Amino acid sequence: MSEQRIVTNIENGTVIDHIPAGKGKKIFEILKLDEHDGRTVLLINTFSKKLGRKDVIKVENKEIGEKEINKIALFAPNATISIIRNWEVAEKRKVELPEVIENVASCPNKNCITNSEEMAKSKFVVEKKDPLKLRCWYCEKVFGIEEIM
Amino acid sequence: MLSLQNKSIISIRDLKKEEIELILDKAEEMENKLKKKEPLYSLKNKILASLFFEPSTKTRLSFSAAMQKLGGSVIEIEYSTTVKNLVDKIKMIENYCDVILLRHPREGSARLAAEISKKPVINAGDGSNQHPTQTLIDLFTIRKLKGKIENLNVSLVGDLKYNAVMKSLFYALGIFKANITLASPPELQMSWENIEEVRDKFGVKIFQTNNIASAIEEADVLYVCGIKKENFLDVFEAEKIQKNFRITLDLLENAKEDLIILHPLPKEIEIDSKIDETKFAKYYEQANFGLPVRMAILSLVCE
Repeated sequence: MSEQRIVTNIENGTVIDHIPAGKGKKIFEILKLDEHDGRTVLLINTFSKKLGRKDVIKVENKEIGEKEINKIALFAPNATISIIRNWEVAEKRKVELPEVIENVASCPNKNCITNSEEMAKSKFVVEKKDPLKLRCWYCEKVFGIEEIM
Repeated sequence: MLSLQNKSIISIRDLKKEEIELILDKAEEMENKLKKKEPLYSLKNKILASLFFEPSTKTRLSFSAAMQKLGGSVIEIEYSTTVKNLVDKIKMIENYCDVILLRHPREGSARLAAEISKKPVINAGDGSNQHPTQTLIDLFTIRKLKGKIENLNVSLVGDLKYNAVMKSLFYALGIFKANITLASPPELQMSWENIEEVRDKFGVKIFQTNNIASAIEEADVLYVCGIKKENFLDVFEAEKIQKNFRITLDLLENAKEDLIILHPLPKEIEIDSKIDETKFAKYYEQANFGLPVRMAILSLVCE
């Protein structure tokens, strides 16, 4: 069954497509979509020609901005973002990995200060893009993406 | 103009080569003043808040002495193992002082403190991450005793995984383009990320071994640190590694005539005490340089 037949199209809002299967929930959390007023759909494990399986998010009446889009780069670097206006794709936005990633994932180093002080927010600096390596701004340890996820 | 005024000293990674040289030159000046017994008052009315959440003798006392030598004074919290609520403690203590010295067991604590504090913070060790002021003493010692740091063969021996002193120094040696040998038991090797970073950023030669003899052969500087039993689950295994990874007199037979051996002190069993009496042992001189270097840091940050 195609995705279109499970979930209706939206008149205005954002569609985040090509999310690797299993990462949709994390992106839902990062974008705090549970707090959004409009209808929001998280489609898990749907069929994809490109990825085999993928997750898709549809958010009604909300255009996700560049800053928010870049937050998801960590988990879905190849996701496609479509801004929908009047049932049409008005704009395609590209996910780009920012140089600094704040408050998205906690530091895997249990002894890092960000894991014990409530006020401290996690912050990673991109050390290398391919393969992705992130350095914790505080404890200075370097992690691969699989350790952070 | 290059200045460190009101700048926090958190990590060697934050310092430019010129800033390190500024501190080393200032330390030279301080050493001369100390030798001449000149009275110094440049930090009169300034207060250092010394916050140690882990035991330390050398760092705490040498900073305290350095502040007082410059005419300033020191306030301390009672040694506490309660490491929670660092933010609250910093927010309170910053009102009573001009500079904060922080030793804390959590990595990244000094950077967090510096971000929330109106006063500059000096990192006196944050867990296994960084110990930048010890590194500045080490660099000062090498420059003083060898006349340069560039192109020297420097071997770092011991626990290169958990020891903050070794990590800070390794990076600094990269900045100064030394040839670096890393000698450690396989369990305590420097992380690959650290090696890759220093190699790629500074283009220095790095040689890794678990054989102490090969680390000594060509070395101009042998920097040794201890192996802590706490980092092993098996105490017997730890003791075995400690005994096998020890600098002894016979290992120095093939050493260069002008080799210098450094150690952040206090030592345990990693250097045979017979070596203390040899021309190679320079760790007491190194400890002696702690005072002018820390005076230089306080002076540049607070004046």
